[in-house]
Amino acid sequence: MIYDKVIVRYGELVMKGRNRNQFEKRMLQQTKLALRGFESLTYAKSFGRLTISLNGAPFEAISERLKDVFGIVSFSPVILVDNELEKIQAAALQLMNGLEQTPATFKVSAKRAWKPFVHSSQEMNHLVGSHVLRAFADLKVDVRKPEVELRVDTYEEGTFVYNKVIAGAGGFPFGSNGKAMLLLSGGIDSPVAGWMAMRKGLKLEAVHFHSYPFTSDKAKEKVIDLARRLSYYAGAPLKLHLVPFTEIQTRLVQARQDSLMITMMRRAMLRITEQLAERNEAGGIVTGESLGQVASQTLSSMNVIGRATVLPLLKPLLMMDKQEIINEAVKIGTFETSILPYEDCCTLFLPKSPSTNPNLNVVERAEKNIPELEQMLLTAVEGTEVLELTPEAQASAEKAGEDEWF
Amino acid sequence: MLYFDHCASTPPYDEVVDTLAQVMKIHYANPSSIHRAGAEADKLITRSRALLGEQFGVKPEEWLFTSGGTESNNLAVKGAARQFRSRGNHLITTQIEHASVNDAFRQLELEGFQVTYLPVSSTGHVDPEQLRAAITDDTILVSIMHVNNEVGSIQPIDKIGKLLEAYPRVLFHVDAVQSIGKLPVKIKEWGIDLLSGSAHKLRGPKGIGYLYVRESLQLQPLLSGGSQERGLRAGTQNVPGIVASAKALRMSIQAEEQNRERLYALRGRLIEQAEQIPELKLNGSHDQAVMAPHIVHFSYAAMKPEVIVHMLEELGAIVSTKSACSSKDNKPSRVLLAMGANREHAAGGIRISFGDEHTEQDIDKLAVMLGEAVAKLKPLERSK
Repeated sequence: MIYDKVIVRYGELVMKGRNRNQFEKRMLQQTKLALRGFESLTYAKSFGRLTISLNGAPFEAISERLKDVFGIVSFSPVILVDNELEKIQAAALQLMNGLEQTPATFKVSAKRAWKPFVHSSQEMNHLVGSHVLRAFADLKVDVRKPEVELRVDTYEEGTFVYNKVIAGAGGFPFGSNGKAMLLLSGGIDSPVAGWMAMRKGLKLEAVHFHSYPFTSDKAKEKVIDLARRLSYYAGAPLKLHLVPFTEIQTRLVQARQDSLMITMMRRAMLRITEQLAERNEAGGIVTGESLGQVASQTLSSMNVIGRATVLPLLKPLLMMDKQEIINEAVKIGTFETSILPYEDCCTLFLPKSPSTNPNLNVVERAEKNIPELEQMLLTAVEGTEVLELTPEAQASAEKAGEDEWF
Repeated sequence: MLYFDHCASTPPYDEVVDTLAQVMKIHYANPSSIHRAGAEADKLITRSRALLGEQFGVKPEEWLFTSGGTESNNLAVKGAARQFRSRGNHLITTQIEHASVNDAFRQLELEGFQVTYLPVSSTGHVDPEQLRAAITDDTILVSIMHVNNEVGSIQPIDKIGKLLEAYPRVLFHVDAVQSIGKLPVKIKEWGIDLLSGSAHKLRGPKGIGYLYVRESLQLQPLLSGGSQERGLRAGTQNVPGIVASAKALRMSIQAEEQNRERLYALRGRLIEQAEQIPELKLNGSHDQAVMAPHIVHFSYAAMKPEVIVHMLEELGAIVSTKSACSSKDNKPSRVLLAMGANREHAAGGIRISFGDEHTEQDIDKLAVMLGEAVAKLKPLERSK
């Protein structure tokens, strides 16, 4: 099917009153950025929505990309015809023929925005509807709950005919709600948390803790791949902070507080992230924690761990089941990478019975017994390597060896 | 000496030879080792696989590296048949497949499978309708080559793929050893589940085969051992060979379009001149659309083809009789017999195959040599 235009609808941001203008501008920017590979497109902004003229570009490829742009509630591919009844009827028929499955019921919703057009909306409903009915023997009209709604919007420039509404990602345009740091482990949860946070308009910088030689380089590469995937959704380069955590981790192990090991480690991570947040002007920390999933994610663990920072901790997955999280991970394309079998630093030195109910006083005392800890945290912050990742940038395997070998 | 046996093996690209040597020297670590040297070698394989995925518009993980076309064909055919035996017991192939496919099916017959060997037309082409008629509820695998390695006939893989869409339980294997780098190969568009290729047929190194195995398709491995190559092909990967073969594949596919017309022109030129020699009968078709651009096949019915091969060699050109993999037996060609040739005609095949290094002058020289050879041999023809 060859379409002429795409109507893009925004949701929540239209509600935002006087901020609307700014949001619409950002939406246009984000959409253009996402579709920058398609050079023939032109854009027109109108109240609460955006119209993209394809000028020959293939709709399918554009649809694939638009589905992932935050802030878009839905979009529809449109055939544009002259304001002549026969042409409108022909376009309607073409669209109905193009459906993968012929529906049992439909209705026509005409809207005459350009009043000089000879037929009223009511007349158009009838004229287009009867034309379609004649072509499909078993098709019926259902004005209340039609399977397919055929829209016919007449404007001065021509009539938009369409029958598909494709759901978008929803949420707010990327970056419209400030910036936070994302703890990115390489597991299934944290990339999903990152995606959900970005969907709500947060700009993110990812933080990963690695403990070479206790974790392998492959674990680090896995995280780079995940961050790269997230940058696709951001529509912008994503910073990944790689924090050297080996020293701190091995020191904490020597504190001989086995059951509190994870608690102390997580607190150290939050402290480091807090400093990184400060240096990068981020106002919160996003984590992939889900209530009760592991020992460090019980309410009382979260209480003790969370006190290590004053920044708001945002936990989008908090009340989700594991299977729901996995479904999301599959949907956003991070699951396959996440399940690659490389150790991350949390699974190392995992005690036999980590505490599900750590005592804050005991933890704080144990930390005081490591006087050099503050300095070690600072050293880790200073030693952090920053990568700027884009979806297009090459993975390490893609630039392996000499280019001339390939 | 003019080399006209590209179907048997091709001269490698210089760049491919360099790559092979350089990678072999530097990346000798085992790609399955967990240390950095191993990881580096493994990345080279990943990058090579990505290159294959890109060339064919499929996922990198869908490509396996094997030891050659023969292994790829064996793994595809036996691996699929044995894996899906519980679905059905019937397999379909053609009478003109390469020995590595044909003999794999013979072996599967011994294991109790029913195999239908589809006949071909006098030009060496399978009829999709005959395939349709052969499919039963028990059919689990169809294996049909893209370009025949002896006479160069192109099988209607696109039509067959379309037809097989109606049979989702039937897997479709294509032996594309002779077509990759010579003709467009559209894995997704043609609905192919398994596809074999060989690096040394497209100016890459010997010892590397390509095998496309559609995502999530399981095969029964031929080899027991490690879990390399999705667990479908145990054994330490040949890292330098894999990198060099990926490069060769890219180079030959990139050169393909611009070479194709030139090769067809050479083919036409050779046929035109060789047909001035009445003793030589063209096998296959004059219609370019159904023949590969790089193969010309004649029969000299009254002469043992080895004699012509040796005579031409003396004159300065290397050609072959039939498939190199079957050329050492003296039986008439299975492929020509399937095309309806009589035994004499089928025993007299001469295959001339060429590539991008050949010029019109080379073809003209060869035609002269053919004339000379036939003239010399004419008095020695076997009597009817």
